[in-house]
Amino acid sequence: MKSFARSAFGFLATLFVAIPAFAQEAAAGTRGGPLFAIAAALAIGIAAAGGSLGQGKAAAAALDGIARNPGAQGKIFIPMIIALALIESLVIYALIIAFGLSGKA
Amino acid sequence: MHFSWFHLIPALVKYPDHVLTAGFCTFLVAVLSLMAYAVSGKPEEALIPQQGVTLRGFFEVIVEGLSSLVESVMGPHNENMVPIIGSLFIFILMNNLLGLFPGFSPATDNFNTTLACGVFVFFLYNYAGVKENGIAYFKHFLGPLIWLAWLMLPIEIISHLVRPMSLGLRLFGNMTGDHTVLSIFLNLLPIGVPMVFYFLGMFVCFVQAFVFSLLTMVYISLATAHDH
Repeated sequence: MKSFARSAFGFLATLFVAIPAFAQEAAAGTRGGPLFAIAAALAIGIAAAGGSLGQGKAAAAALDGIARNPGAQGKIFIPMIIALALIESLVIYALIIAFGLSGKA
Repeated sequence: MHFSWFHLIPALVKYPDHVLTAGFCTFLVAVLSLMAYAVSGKPEEALIPQQGVTLRGFFEVIVEGLSSLVESVMGPHNENMVPIIGSLFIFILMNNLLGLFPGFSPATDNFNTTLACGVFVFFLYNYAGVKENGIAYFKHFLGPLIWLAWLMLPIEIISHLVRPMSLGLRLFGNMTGDHTVLSIFLNLLPIGVPMVFYFLGMFVCFVQAFVFSLLTMVYISLATAHDH
């Protein structure tokens, strides 16, 4: 865990140190530059990580319910789909923002 | 400019793609419904099921599935909502599936179409709520406690105004993302591998049309619920 925290800190530190360099490069060109590409990747990446954790929890709970009581499959299915759709919509918002950002890069 | 079958007709070149696809889907739905009307016959004849696999049986399966879906989500006394939700479902599903054919870009790939569907749902569930509960429908915007109304009113108004946006954005984002993935893999390797993503695309098309109509039903049943 400690080594993970250290490597994550190292990654973030290099990222933030690198940002001024990217920003200078970006100011020279007419387009947004690599900063927008990083922003797009981070936007969809973080959103996908969080959304998949949430969807995994929802699907696990639904499968638990079906495994305990197979007769309840029909009743569990529709609320599960609604929950998955509502969780996924947030990831989709991030995807749209990522599309917009990658268009500027 | 990408290829589109509709642009082979010179008169249609000046229209955008999504308008043409939406018109084509509407035309298909109209033709299919006229066919269904023609084959179903008089009400007395329709009571007896036909033998074997027939066109009438096909349409009956679809209508029965949609009405049982509406009944399972909204309860037994909402048969009048079956046609409108079924139309939404079939229109969105046909649009989505048309996008899987090369040379067609679906209308649901464009935010204008999906937002129009979302705004339609917004007006639909508010109309259903007012029709069911009368002027008391607007009381639920004030929240459960009257002395919290100053806080609940802005929250409720924002959450209701966001619903058509989120319906539209969800459908648009899913279809765009799905087709982007498909086109990227078609560019990488045109043979074999994209098959998997075609199946994924079919699944996404069904699920998104299903989710759209499911959320429409949930919104309507929230709006028409009685306070007991």
